[in-house]
Amino acid sequence: MRLPVLTLIAALALLALPAAAPASSPRRGEQLYGRFCASCHGPGGAGQTSSSQIGAGPARDQVVQGGLGPPLRGVGARAADFYLRTGYMPLRRSGLQPRRARLLLGPRQIDALVAYVASLGPGPGVPAPRPERGDLSEGQRLFADRCAGCHQIVGAGGYVTGAVPPPLHTASAVQIAEAVRIGPYVMPSFSERAISNRQLDSIIRYVEWTRNPDDRGGWSLGDIGPVPEGLVTWFLGASVLVALCMLLGKRLRG
Amino acid sequence: MARAKDWLVAALVLLLGRRTRTVRAGAPRLVPKRETDDRAERVALLLLGLSSVCAVAFIVVYALDRLPAQTQLLGLALGLSLLALAAALIVTGKRLVPEEELADDYPPEEHPAEQDDVEQLVDEGVDGISRRRLLKLGLVGAGGALGLAVITPALSFGPFFRVRELVVTPWRSGRRLVDEAGRPLRAAELEEKTLYTAFPEGADDEQQGSPLVLVRLPRQELDLPPELAGYDAEGIVAYSKICTHAGCAVSLYRTPLFPPTEPHPALVCPCHYSTFDPARGGRVVFGPAGRPLPMLPLEIDGKGYLRAKGNFDGPVGPSWWGVRNRKAGS
Amino acid sequence: MIRGAVRFLDQRTGTAPFLRKTLRYLFPDHWSFLLGEVALYAFIVLVATGIYLTFFFVDSTHQVVYHGPYLPLRGQRMSEAYRSVLDLSVSVKAGLLIRQTHHWAANVFLAAIILHLFRIFFTGAYRKPRDLTYYIGVTMLALALLEGFMGYSLVDDLMSGMGLFIAYAVGLSIPFVGANVMAGLFGGPFPGTESFWPRLYMAHVLLFPVLIGTLLTVHLILVALRHHTQFRRRQAETERTVVGVPLWPGQTPRSLGLMIGVAGVLFLLGGLVQINPIWLWGPFHTYVSTNGAQPDWYLGWLIGALRLVPGWDLEIGGYTVVPNPFWGGVAFPLLVIGFLYLWPWIERRLTGDHGFHNILDRPRDAARRTAIGVAVVTLVLIVLVAGSSDRATVLFGISYDSQVWLYRVLVFVGPVVAGLVAYRVCVELQRGEAVEHERHRAEGEARRAALRPQRTGRPS
Repeated sequence: MRLPVLTLIAALALLALPAAAPASSPRRGEQLYGRFCASCHGPGGAGQTSSSQIGAGPARDQVVQGGLGPPLRGVGARAADFYLRTGYMPLRRSGLQPRRARLLLGPRQIDALVAYVASLGPGPGVPAPRPERGDLSEGQRLFADRCAGCHQIVGAGGYVTGAVPPPLHTASAVQIAEAVRIGPYVMPSFSERAISNRQLDSIIRYVEWTRNPDDRGGWSLGDIGPVPEGLVTWFLGASVLVALCMLLGKRLRG
Repeated sequence: MARAKDWLVAALVLLLGRRTRTVRAGAPRLVPKRETDDRAERVALLLLGLSSVCAVAFIVVYALDRLPAQTQLLGLALGLSLLALAAALIVTGKRLVPEEELADDYPPEEHPAEQDDVEQLVDEGVDGISRRRLLKLGLVGAGGALGLAVITPALSFGPFFRVRELVVTPWRSGRRLVDEAGRPLRAAELEEKTLYTAFPEGADDEQQGSPLVLVRLPRQELDLPPELAGYDAEGIVAYSKICTHAGCAVSLYRTPLFPPTEPHPALVCPCHYSTFDPARGGRVVFGPAGRPLPMLPLEIDGKGYLRAKGNFDGPVGPSWWGVRNRKAGS
Repeated sequence: MIRGAVRFLDQRTGTAPFLRKTLRYLFPDHWSFLLGEVALYAFIVLVATGIYLTFFFVDSTHQVVYHGPYLPLRGQRMSEAYRSVLDLSVSVKAGLLIRQTHHWAANVFLAAIILHLFRIFFTGAYRKPRDLTYYIGVTMLALALLEGFMGYSLVDDLMSGMGLFIAYAVGLSIPFVGANVMAGLFGGPFPGTESFWPRLYMAHVLLFPVLIGTLLTVHLILVALRHHTQFRRRQAETERTVVGVPLWPGQTPRSLGLMIGVAGVLFLLGGLVQINPIWLWGPFHTYVSTNGAQPDWYLGWLIGALRLVPGWDLEIGGYTVVPNPFWGGVAFPLLVIGFLYLWPWIERRLTGDHGFHNILDRPRDAARRTAIGVAVVTLVLIVLVAGSSDRATVLFGISYDSQVWLYRVLVFVGPVVAGLVAYRVCVELQRGEAVEHERHRAEGEARRAALRPQRTGRPS
């Protein structure tokens, strides 16, 4: 009688143990931070930087330096949430452009890390945009003015010397809001003074619209303009017409 | 009643009747006779019918307002109608008309006799004139001068000789910087790592001399060349937004969040990727631009608004023959 | 009925003998001779759809506010020109179909011209007596390039507006006179005065179509006067005798079928495949730009050239004699078009052949010409592909810097290599045929020898 009861109590105790450090607590976050982040971001989010500032190369070039990362004290839940939920972090090697990647951490683990980073110092929280309150036309105008230069007018992504502004079709409303405020990698940042929350709602509304833009003309070819149109001209238009000519005429034989 | 019967018979004859006929019996044929191809005739008729149906479909689709994908359906209807008609014609060409391959002579390479005659005609027409060469010269001269006179009014098109306008911008000392909505900009509201576009107060935004890109850089980062010393206002620098290569708006700002591992700040043009360094007076660091971005000297007035302290340090926009030996003018 | 019509015509114009001869005019039946017709029919579609568009387009850059049904642009400032095209695309029934068909027709028109040019060039059809026809053709190519550019620039959308500023910059870069010519055309610095847009419009809908149409007519008359060239296939086809299909009844349904077929393909494209969705780009403003802006494909070689040339302005004595865009935007296309104009003369000097030619060469039969042609085509293709290298960086992650250097080297190495390879291929093909020919001849002789009665010396 005692053995089964003891086993039961032991089993319950074992089950309860993880709950002692709940999955999304800052404590759990600290453990994860130690495993995945401290090697670049330093203990307690102190950061690891070299003494020279902008680019270490003689022509102010970007130099890929190992094991460097910015301090995280005061970046708040906003930055942690953005970088972790997009898969931008963990970064394979410091100096690379962060890109969307498969998430290595589960949602609860990310919650824990976000809580930990937020606890490192007072900082901005995760934004709560309301794109449905934004104005589509105002969003188009703002996007064309501030964002299209890098991200292309319908968010198809593009190139800037030394980096690749990504396409925006997979970004969530929260992630767009976070990126605008943070300015990750080489993107400029826009505070509420530069782009108000209301304007940001409009921009996000427009970006969400570009996922299903108005393609009333037919097959959209990716909405990136004349290059795919040229390919269609040759591979659909000209080739069909040459085939027609070959049908109508004769070929050289011998 | 008899009339109706006549019409019916005529319709039946039209639809079902078949005959091959000879126009001029007894005369030798000019075109060989083609074997009648009943199947091909039916295929051609079918295609013509299909073409008609599609053409009517086009009209119907046009009339129906509520149909979605109107452009696609209209294009499909008209395109298929045309293709069916084309197919009918091709069937006709391949199966219904005689296949001939004929030989004929090329026209003669030249006609020396007539060439000689023409030459003689022209010469004999004027050989009574003694001062032929001088008169010809006179005609050419008069014609040339008249030609020049006739095209001279084309100069009224525009200022072909007044290239001074190419260096004029709306900026002058004391002019305030405003945003797109016309609101004046305060220096204090400009933050680092943000790109701003500004215009001269009260001027036309679309002129190439108007738009500016503004960024605020940390003072210790600024390394302006000596001729541009003092052009910044507490670290805020302003450059022409019009690329000096081919005129596109320089709307890309590359600014590192973590400078030790990321590229230094740069203003980049999306057309051919000319890259300018805002900390060093708009110097070209990559790309095909031949001139740095023109810089506008800034000052902050008593109320904290940003104002221009003069015109750009050089003409704005793409290069032309006089761009380096002129100053930006008002 | 036919008799009545012909009689009417002959009594009033006296052209029955001309008609009699023309109806039996011989067309060569090789399919490559139809490529020029494809271009002609695309031009007809362009004019027809273009006339429709002129009834809706407003040639004014006066700024207005949009209040139409397309929500993302409602309340925004735009030019009247842009608004008229937006309205045509969004609010006019069949408007978008006609507009897209017109644009596809322009793209296909240029593709057909270039394919036709290839046929003319690589078979030597431009030789005397058809060199005049050829010069007219090259002129039409140059005019068509400009006409297409003007057409899509008239819309004043963000992408084409950026391209127009670039064209202005290229004009400015012409040494000594560029700035003056551009200031005169535009009425001042970019964006110019209010009268610039109507001028651009007149050039596109009146001046250039009349020029192209006139040249096209002369081109076709010249072709008919001298008759088509032909490939040598049988004994019958010689420099003196032309073999082919008569206009009536053989060629008529073919040509008509091709014309209707071209129109059909263009309308299918116009309805089913979106082209130049200007409502997505938004209106042009001098101070706005988008990433990934490109010209239409037939000008892609120029954006590649502009991006590859290193950043120098050539300055002499304080004067900027050669601004940077000149090399990629003026010198490079002049080089290629100049090559096209000069080639018949160059070939005459290289081969010493000043004679008449009605028989075409197969490309392999003129190895040097083919090699040089392939080299020039390769050069243009490399520069064209270089113009999309930023997209390659975005899609495949290849470094943009490396691509720029790669293409700068390829531009010199590629055409030489391609030309040498083409030369070798032609020579090998010729040799292979000579061997085949020899083998056939030997076999034929052997067969004939076997069939001949044996001479054994015995009395018969």
